[in-house]
Amino acid sequence: MTTTDVNIRPVARVSAALRWPKIPGLRRMVGPVVLLALWETAARAGWISPVVLPAPSAILSAAIRLAQDGTLGQAVGISLFRLLTGFALGSLAGFALGIAVGLSVRAEELFDGTLQALRAIPFLALAPVFSLWFGADEASKIALVSFGAVFPLYLNTVAGVRAVDARLAEAARTFGVGRGGIIRDVIVPGAMPSILVGVRLSLSWALAALVSSEIAGAATGLGALVAQAREFVQTDVVILCVVIYALLGLATDALARVAEWGLLSWRRSFPGQ
Amino acid sequence: MASGTSAVSVRGATRSFASRQVLRSIDLEIAPGEFLVLLGASGCGKTTLLRLLAGLDRPDYGRIQVPEGRSVVFQDARLLPWRRVWRNVVLGLPRDRARAEAALEEVGLGARADDWPGTLSGGEAQRAALARALVRQPELLLLDEPFAALDALTRLRMQQLVLDLWRVHGPAILLVTHDVDEALTLADRVLVMREGRIAVDIPVRFDRPRVRVAPGFERLRQHLLQELGVVSTEHEALTSPRAAVS
Amino acid sequence: MISVRTIPYRVLAASMSWLVPVTLLVMWSVGSASGVIPDGVLASPWQTAETAWTLSADGTLPWSIAASLRRATIGFAVGGGLGIMAGIVSGTWRVGEDLLDGTLQMLRTIPFVALAPLFMVWFGITEVSKIALVAFASFFPLYLNTHSGIRDVDGRLIEAGRVVGLQPWGLIREVLVPGALPSILVGLRYSLVLSIIALVVAEQINLTTGIGALLGDARRFVQTDVMALCIATYAILGWIVNRAAERLARWQLSWRNGVRAS
Repeated sequence: MTTTDVNIRPVARVSAALRWPKIPGLRRMVGPVVLLALWETAARAGWISPVVLPAPSAILSAAIRLAQDGTLGQAVGISLFRLLTGFALGSLAGFALGIAVGLSVRAEELFDGTLQALRAIPFLALAPVFSLWFGADEASKIALVSFGAVFPLYLNTVAGVRAVDARLAEAARTFGVGRGGIIRDVIVPGAMPSILVGVRLSLSWALAALVSSEIAGAATGLGALVAQAREFVQTDVVILCVVIYALLGLATDALARVAEWGLLSWRRSFPGQ
Repeated sequence: MASGTSAVSVRGATRSFASRQVLRSIDLEIAPGEFLVLLGASGCGKTTLLRLLAGLDRPDYGRIQVPEGRSVVFQDARLLPWRRVWRNVVLGLPRDRARAEAALEEVGLGARADDWPGTLSGGEAQRAALARALVRQPELLLLDEPFAALDALTRLRMQQLVLDLWRVHGPAILLVTHDVDEALTLADRVLVMREGRIAVDIPVRFDRPRVRVAPGFERLRQHLLQELGVVSTEHEALTSPRAAVS
Repeated sequence: MISVRTIPYRVLAASMSWLVPVTLLVMWSVGSASGVIPDGVLASPWQTAETAWTLSADGTLPWSIAASLRRATIGFAVGGGLGIMAGIVSGTWRVGEDLLDGTLQMLRTIPFVALAPLFMVWFGITEVSKIALVAFASFFPLYLNTHSGIRDVDGRLIEAGRVVGLQPWGLIREVLVPGALPSILVGLRYSLVLSIIALVVAEQINLTTGIGALLGDARRFVQTDVMALCIATYAILGWIVNRAAERLARWQLSWRNGVRAS
């Protein structure tokens, strides 16, 4: 026989005292904050060697130091330039090809097979190949980034174009809208949701390509900073660069989301989706 | 056993959700082997009480004594879709196929032991759930509106099945329902819950199988309906002098 | 060119999976033969095949493949295994989620490639740092999918489990994990694919043995045939893993249909 003998539930009493302030996301911050605090304490107390894992405060001061003498700004600038240039080239190519293949059977027969085949190559493995072909400088890195950026955007553009309601294009034609106009005003906006997903994917692949090509060998940029820091075992700078790469990823993704929010404002008032 | 010979003993059970008091100091005793039916409209708290007895919830105040060996049958059968029927029956027990098959035979599903739950009809699934509940020889069987989702004919068959199984295995039973006829077919004792309190507690002393024409049966039925807030024209007819003839 | 539309569907579907490698091969052969792709840029397919033969005979190629596969398997097993366990902990217990999820979501934003130098600082130029990279990459898809899969298990089934007396571990084993299995399998597919990509990266940066080392050496001596061979090997590896992932997806779907058979 089990007995539940309660006068007042103890849990109820405790949580009445401990009111979590109703800030959204507070719960999720608990873990990282606790971890950071532990990390800082352990590093200060000397339990972890600064060579292995410097304290968060050390990383922060390294960041400030490098920012002040301009090294950080320069490195980030160069890497960002590579990322954005490569991304722009690759995504535009992917976009153009996607529109063409989506709209024209001819184009599909011409390009699609080739693109699908190229996509199968693990592009990160191509870093040495590209550095051989284009020399170990800007061109090869931008080339790798572009190559990485092409495919997600291509695939998503094709899918987006195919998903556009043909009846809308038809209606536009009956009103005398020309080919270019239909592409600009019906097809592209209609395919936009899918394209924007492709943009975000392309950005993350581009970032992976960037990091990969920089770390394989770079004279400038964040990659060079990392390599140098590694040589002199400046773990705080290495970790700083890791964080910056992560922030780059977050920042570009956030920008893409803002663009998405702006370009897809019509979706919010759409009951169906 | 702490309090006499009761299978279930509830004293002062109180439960609130948000600011709503769902159970207001419930007192209840169920004797071993007794078939108790709890009637009530939606929202009266009957399911909450059952969940307290099942251990799925805890009261804010009060004392609940229930046997260790308890089983629950829910309104939806809740068989694990990724386990074959016989393995569902012995869930939580050692993987004894013979035992599972015996239990399934009792509910008429002997031939479906190896099937996937997804292939069973509603009634078959509930029968499997019954087999799962009874295979562990519980002292207390809790049924939460078990037949509400079944069609009328299947429901009648299932009620008969429950009675047969009860006679064989003899657990104390608490069955929650909103169906007065179901209550009268099955119960030794009927409770009506209203607004978190037990409003009525009546023994049902007719012989089984219960027949509507037994003297006093219809009057009891109308009484219960009235307690549930359902007023019918039959009631007037019965309370007229002519009713005494039937 | 034969229009794709005139080919019967079944033949098309069957040949689809071979289409990609074959197309690539054709493009490559045509390019080399016609001189569009000079040998200095990329060796021809037959030259590469010859090199493949030579390197297999003297053991270099099989040895390198073995080394690479070993890393990938260990890294995937470690990372994936930890991912599933972490997912179970954060999916089953609120406390687990509070402790783990916030931190892990932040770590997820790090492109794993960026960790290569850090791992090299910590573990030196050893197997461990490469395996660690593969493990890191394999961890997240499985963690995320296990976590969400468990959270999405039907609460009513969890209650049914509790009522028959299954306590935390029994509940996890009988209800939560099987219920989350479709989701976990999806994560498995992504982890598999990512592990190969991480392998490629790890091997580029950290050259000791394996296909990546072969590739690095070949680049230094501008041996485009060996380079082509290595890329092809990576590509084949990736293709095999992708096919395995597709198979997994189809198996997973049929299992669910079997369970909900009608």
